[in-house]
Amino acid sequence: MPTAIFGSIEAGAIYALMALGVYLSFRILDFPDLTVDGSFVTGASVAAVMIVGGYNPFLATMTALLAGFAAGCLTGLLHTKGKINALLSGILMMIALYSINLRIMGKSNVPLLSEETAITKLTAFWQELGIDQAIQSLIGALGMGFIPKTWGILILMLILAFAAKVLIDLFLKTDIGLAIRATGDNETMIRSFSADTDLLKIAGLGISNALVAFSGALVAQYNGFSDVGMGIGMIIIGLASVIIGEAIFGAKTIVRATLAVIGGAILYRIIVTLALRVEFLETGDMKLITAVIVIGALILPKLIQQQKEKQRKRRRLAEAKKTNAYGKSGEHLAAIKSDS
Amino acid sequence: MLTGKVVNILLQLNQIHKVFNEGTPDEKTALHRIDLHLKPGDFMTVIGSNGAGKSTLMNMISGKLIPDIGEVLVDGTDVTLVKEHKRSRLIGRVFQDPMAGTAPSMTIEENLAIAYSRTMARGLSKGVSKKRRDFFREKLEMLHLGLENRLSAKVGLLSGGERQALSLLMATFTEPKILLLDEHTAALDPARAELITSLTKEIVETYKLTTLMVTHNMQQALDLGNRLIMMDKGQIIFETNEDQKKELTVEKLLEEFQKIRGEKMSSDKAVLI
Repeated sequence: MPTAIFGSIEAGAIYALMALGVYLSFRILDFPDLTVDGSFVTGASVAAVMIVGGYNPFLATMTALLAGFAAGCLTGLLHTKGKINALLSGILMMIALYSINLRIMGKSNVPLLSEETAITKLTAFWQELGIDQAIQSLIGALGMGFIPKTWGILILMLILAFAAKVLIDLFLKTDIGLAIRATGDNETMIRSFSADTDLLKIAGLGISNALVAFSGALVAQYNGFSDVGMGIGMIIIGLASVIIGEAIFGAKTIVRATLAVIGGAILYRIIVTLALRVEFLETGDMKLITAVIVIGALILPKLIQQQKEKQRKRRRLAEAKKTNAYGKSGEHLAAIKSDS
Repeated sequence: MLTGKVVNILLQLNQIHKVFNEGTPDEKTALHRIDLHLKPGDFMTVIGSNGAGKSTLMNMISGKLIPDIGEVLVDGTDVTLVKEHKRSRLIGRVFQDPMAGTAPSMTIEENLAIAYSRTMARGLSKGVSKKRRDFFREKLEMLHLGLENRLSAKVGLLSGGERQALSLLMATFTEPKILLLDEHTAALDPARAELITSLTKEIVETYKLTTLMVTHNMQQALDLGNRLIMMDKGQIIFETNEDQKKELTVEKLLEEFQKIRGEKMSSDKAVLI
């Protein structure tokens, strides 16, 4: 059990990069970008093929990031210059990328288990540092039974996710960043302040999908394979992370929201891991579980809000009745009743 | 261009003509060969009934629409085919809807930073630097609304009047060549409208902005600015210069309109006042 949770936190940190990308398109640009399902695999495929081909895994990962950027820009072009509806341009890119990804890999699955990947290199680097031993002995002293193979991946991936978060935070506060945020918030306004909204959308979608592909490349190396089907439902997973994160950690400011997205991504992995432990659920049910989680995260906050509203109304009604008992007219009472 | 640098004319519309839905039963000539010249510092008010072509005229200047015939020149440069966002480096705009001119989920200072970088190429420097923040605070004091103490409040939390005041400031404090005001007080209650009107006057005078203001309110059209035009059916049907405008009253304006449009008067009166 602890091993599974530990693994889900590790994976959550890697998927957090994808979730940050989804946050950029969905929340900042207000653009429901379904390219994600395709660009995630593009990242994985490019990295996998390059690693198998003998390139440095870090170079392969960075190339994957650029490929994602290009895919996002294409979606942006379809939408802004081709005047295609936002959802549709994402779907079109997603479907096109499916074939492109197959072309990149040349087959539907590229195994990486025997290759030297960024993950194995980082693990080796970490073990040289000897921090693991220190943590292990600390945990041993605390008397906890569970000892993971290495802390390296977890810590390094968390550092990476936070680095991405901080970069996004800073970027969204620059002049260009502010203009991108305004594009998602009020397009008429930003256009009247000399911003080319087409270009900003294209760039924003590019950056978003670059993060997604980067995450895809790392996930392929973490899992030990790239598969053409690994992106199915990725946008929903990203969305689930964003929504869960925002619901639990809040999203008042950008700094808070991006932190919430990382938290949401990790939490999502934990929830799925726990859900799969339920006896009657199978691995194949994962997408269904994801859908249920997202639906829950979307509906629950509203239900809670409604419940609070009702309670407030009931209290007001009770107070009004009390005053009414002292001989006041029932008019405002009727008003309260009628608008409940 | 043949016209070259025309001294002393900041905004020049030559023979602007626009037909909507051409060749269909809904065909409508929105603007009929309009000529308009504004000198630096001119403040022109535009009145006219619904469908007179006032908004189309504004959209021609801002670049939202492109004329079928004719040309738009700003400071001697032909901008007829220059895209809206590029043109807005030169042109400040305030819309009728108080929600339209600001980004609600961003803070006051972030909105001001967006307006501040209107005239430059946006880069990766910090949007709200300390220096800029001081500048914003100083500018916000002009509004007398206490917004200078709420720099990090989200604009969505402000009232309609406050948002419109902020929009006005954002459109003007970078001193655009031309300021377009499109019925910018029409959606506000009388007290707020009064406030925005007086702020408009103050700001336009401070920066000596060349301004074009569309309004439905005749009294406002007379109180503000040094020139006035009346539009109807895509044409300018009445125009006054500075001296004539001082003499004008709402009654005289209505009389003038009646003389030109005769029988239509009774139905338009309600709209115009």
